[in-house]
Amino acid sequence: MALRPLNRSPGEPMGGWRLGIDRSRAWTWFANYKGQTGQWAQLVHRLTGLGVALFLLVHIIDTVLLGWGPSVYNAVAGFWTQPWFIGLEILLAGAVIFHAINGIRVAIIDFWDLGSIYQERLFWGVVVISLVLFVPTAVVMASNIWR
Amino acid sequence: MYAARSRPTAGNFELWAWLFMRISGIALLLLVLIHFAIMHLFTPLSDVTFDFVAARFSTPFWRIYDLVLLALALVHGMNGVRVVADDYIHSRGWRLVTATTLWTITFIFMVIGAQIILSFQPSVGTG
Repeated sequence: MALRPLNRSPGEPMGGWRLGIDRSRAWTWFANYKGQTGQWAQLVHRLTGLGVALFLLVHIIDTVLLGWGPSVYNAVAGFWTQPWFIGLEILLAGAVIFHAINGIRVAIIDFWDLGSIYQERLFWGVVVISLVLFVPTAVVMASNIWR
Repeated sequence: MYAARSRPTAGNFELWAWLFMRISGIALLLLVLIHFAIMHLFTPLSDVTFDFVAARFSTPFWRIYDLVLLALALVHGMNGVRVVADDYIHSRGWRLVTATTLWTITFIFMVIGAQIILSFQPSVGTG
């Protein structure tokens, strides 16, 4: 894959921002998908973000149940301890970790004028760091099932 | 070579929203990973009970921590949903409907979340 800056004009502040996806052409982007790492990163960043946002709303509701006292709260908290949910919880951990680490990549690309040049190397860095954080996390969380 | 999102050039709100996502994102990186490690990694879910939360909320530190986490995560998350939705919704009217719905959800969840964090009384749990 060739590394090339897109439409970078020297006069533009912060190195030029006319990169990538035109917001009004998301479908065109998807239809012209060429499987570049940055596109995968953006797609997974969105899906993990939406998933975590949905979980956040559910999580706020279960926390609000504290106000109903211990019996109500513990009944709901107990529901989350079923093994099938631990699987979802491990997925949640993976989603949070990828979204967080790739978020640093997004910020680097946005704030560092050479960021877009190095975005693919940054992407593989994100993959490695995410796995280093996720694998032990998943092992510990899975082992919690039998504790 | 794709930046995740072009820096918005039109409209003050979008520029501030873009900046907020970066700054809150970096703050949330620490806040969420620490929260997750304590609540999900080092504590089995079966130990997260009313009494466990009551013990955490007995110190103002964790109440403030959770309040900051709630505010940043909720606004970051709902603004993220809005940005994704705007890629698929092009008419001005429907964008306004989407944004209004999302900010209403944000407001309601912010109020009920902050209410329980600030008003929770652990003594209720000992009864």
